[in-house]
Amino acid sequence: MAEPSKKEATKVVDEGIDVGISRLTEEKIQSVINSVIDEETGARLKTYVETCVHCGLCSEACHYYLSHDNDPHYSPVGKVKQTIWEMVKKKGRVTPEFIRQAAIIAQTECNLCKRCAQYCPFGIDIAYLMSVVRRIIHRLGVTPLYIQDTAHSHSVTMNQMWVKGDEWPDTLQWQEEEAQAEIPDLRIPLEKEGADIMYSVIAPEPKFQAQLIYQAAVIMHVAGVDWTMPASMGWDNSDMAMFTGDNELMGRLKRTHFETAARLKVKKIVMGECGHAFRSVYDMGNRWLGWAMPPFTIVHAIEFYHDIIKEGRIKIARKYKPPITLHDPCNVVRGGGLHEKARFVAHAICENVIEMHPNREHNYCCGAGGGVINTGPPFKMTRITGNRVKAEQLFGAKTKGAEVLVAPCHNCHSGLHDIVHHYEIGLDIKFFGDIIYEVMEKPA
Amino acid sequence: MVDSRSWDWDTGERHVSLDSLKKKYRWVEEPYASPDGETVAAIVNVDEGEFTVCVNGEAWGETVFDKIWHLRFSPDGRLTALVSELGEWTMAVDGAAWENKFGYIWEPRFSTDGTAIAAAVQQDMRYAMVLNGKPWEQTYANMTYFAMSPDGRHTAGAVQVEDADSGEIHKFQKGSFTAALDGQPWDMRFVNVWNLALSPDGAHLAAEVRLNLYDYTIAVDGVPWESRYATVWEPVFNPVTGTVVAPVREKGMWRLVENGKSLWDRRFVQIWHQMFSHDGSRLAAIVAPKYGRWTVAVDGEPWPATFTQLVTDATFSPDGQCIAALAKDEETFRVVVDGIPWSDTWDMAWQPVFSPDGKDVAAKVEKKNHYTYTVNNRVWSGSCDAAWEPVFSPDGTHLMLRTVEAGNYVRRVVPVSDIVG
Repeated sequence: MAEPSKKEATKVVDEGIDVGISRLTEEKIQSVINSVIDEETGARLKTYVETCVHCGLCSEACHYYLSHDNDPHYSPVGKVKQTIWEMVKKKGRVTPEFIRQAAIIAQTECNLCKRCAQYCPFGIDIAYLMSVVRRIIHRLGVTPLYIQDTAHSHSVTMNQMWVKGDEWPDTLQWQEEEAQAEIPDLRIPLEKEGADIMYSVIAPEPKFQAQLIYQAAVIMHVAGVDWTMPASMGWDNSDMAMFTGDNELMGRLKRTHFETAARLKVKKIVMGECGHAFRSVYDMGNRWLGWAMPPFTIVHAIEFYHDIIKEGRIKIARKYKPPITLHDPCNVVRGGGLHEKARFVAHAICENVIEMHPNREHNYCCGAGGGVINTGPPFKMTRITGNRVKAEQLFGAKTKGAEVLVAPCHNCHSGLHDIVHHYEIGLDIKFFGDIIYEVMEKPA
Repeated sequence: MVDSRSWDWDTGERHVSLDSLKKKYRWVEEPYASPDGETVAAIVNVDEGEFTVCVNGEAWGETVFDKIWHLRFSPDGRLTALVSELGEWTMAVDGAAWENKFGYIWEPRFSTDGTAIAAAVQQDMRYAMVLNGKPWEQTYANMTYFAMSPDGRHTAGAVQVEDADSGEIHKFQKGSFTAALDGQPWDMRFVNVWNLALSPDGAHLAAEVRLNLYDYTIAVDGVPWESRYATVWEPVFNPVTGTVVAPVREKGMWRLVENGKSLWDRRFVQIWHQMFSHDGSRLAAIVAPKYGRWTVAVDGEPWPATFTQLVTDATFSPDGQCIAALAKDEETFRVVVDGIPWSDTWDMAWQPVFSPDGKDVAAKVEKKNHYTYTVNNRVWSGSCDAAWEPVFSPDGTHLMLRTVEAGNYVRRVVPVSDIVG
């Protein structure tokens, strides 16, 4: 690891953390830490802790470390050392102030992007270790306010944006009506039992980005897909509870999602362009519930677009002209292996695709993932200054001529928007769906 | 229960053209068949922003609605839909809209015999349940989970009774939700209330509750069980004794408890969808006896056969002696009866149906977009473009098969022996 350390402690005011810390005692801290470690971790944590030789090879993988001039505090192993190692070594006897710092590190200085796992000679999954810290932070009631509020929204509405029961089908019907102005017989079929596909999205779509539902409906219609959307809970595939360590709530969300698909008798779940939801549905939530693999085939939007383009179900009228560069979202590329399918789609719909470097499974995280952007305004600059290296990577693509950044993930989209704006990179950001809708053949 | 003795059970078939509708309307949505098979209906688009329902080829009265969705037959054969006129929503039953109109209406529910219809409604951003057109007197800032008693006399909802704006996390954690029965809220507040269950007589209400971010239990009539759990799933009432049974999670494993006391000794990786036989004497649930393997457990004992992907749609025979379910391995479904998987695999299958004497089992199944029926592990020779669940005659000797074939709706009554030999 590079030395010396430059990190200076910064006091961030976050009501979730501050109020939580004020309620802690060292006895409670010790009890919770030991309970989580003894009852919930087992051989995996023990193996990781005992295998790590502190070589620091993970450091170069981390965008926070690189963006902070190789400050070892921001290296993956450094974050482990400042959190779970101390908790294990001291058998939970740590102070409330230690917990405050652990909450900030685990929730806002690590995106759980798993890039570091690729650089560890032993394949230690440091994201898992940070997830254990988050679980402890949750059990201690010290989760940052904004993401805790999102978890509360999940708990009430089974979606992450407090979208009420009537607002969801009403929004779909509104978008159906809007789209019928363009394609008169277009439908967004609600509650159609026996459809081939259930299309699920994350709550920001009905809340703020309803045009994405409109675009998806047009794509489905033109491709002749037999699809449906549920009109009741279970439509939202997102999961911030997974990132707050509220595993019980994560399981509840995923059960609702899968049982909605089972109720509708669909064969597949096609997801919108969201990365973390893919992780929750494909990896984390299903396994917490006891499924080794999801009970239904999960098709991320990248793969769905790939398939309908390759099968000729939609045709490209004219390729998109502005040069694009493609951001590989962690959860669907390192977590799902969709990088080549993403490139197939990009080349099929765009005239000029300029690779950013590094790319594919070595791509840098957007800095928003892992729930970091959901910790809200108090930590906005933490993630932006913690991802200067991403700005440099994007500048590289811009220098080669890229004008548009395609980010097929909601959190990436929002996080990259902040980076592009802060570092004045000058790239438009789009989803694949935006471009496909623009360039595809549609009924006259 | 619906009495099907008066239905036409003579062997034979009748056809209603569906393709002819496509020439009359801009589009025709997916059809629905009545329980007795005599009627087929579909939402049709007349013109821009003008919808009606076609019932056996005839328009649904003279009223044209701005929007119609969620067309469904009630168990007693009435045709219902959620309809919008001049920006207001309500339920229409057999073409007649309820007098009361709302800002929105969704999640319709039917009583077992179909005589009662309920739904969730929103008016001026306040929420309530409506039963047979009459909304609760009380309204709430939010309502999330809904229930109706089997006899259709009572409705319930998980309701927000304290204001807690977005971002007020500590206020929220003090509890802002409770449950309401027929509009009357419980006194106690909870962080969350989920999955309500009403007793068969509608007098008692149970729900999953979260007391703080970490402690879960079941509350019955507003009183939480003394025991606390890492989490819980939906409660159900024993139809005879009235006790409440729910799956609970402790130390990473699940078990069933009754009124807060241990019921099954065995613990599972997962337990849900517990269900009583009609006489309340037997209890079954869908379980994962080990990670990644699924089956049905009856009175605590799992079937030896387990499945990788999914077990769903379990159902008791009327006499409670048998259980049928659907099991999925990889991408294919099979019917399983008393732990024995049937030989044929399907791309999709629907909940199995027992004959009244429990001796025969039938299910609607689908492969490569062709629908058919499987009865006692024998497959009907027909192949259809769409189908509805099979219905046994009261004496169990015949099956009513409702299908779509070559652009026609077909109501067909066949002897069970024609299929099973």
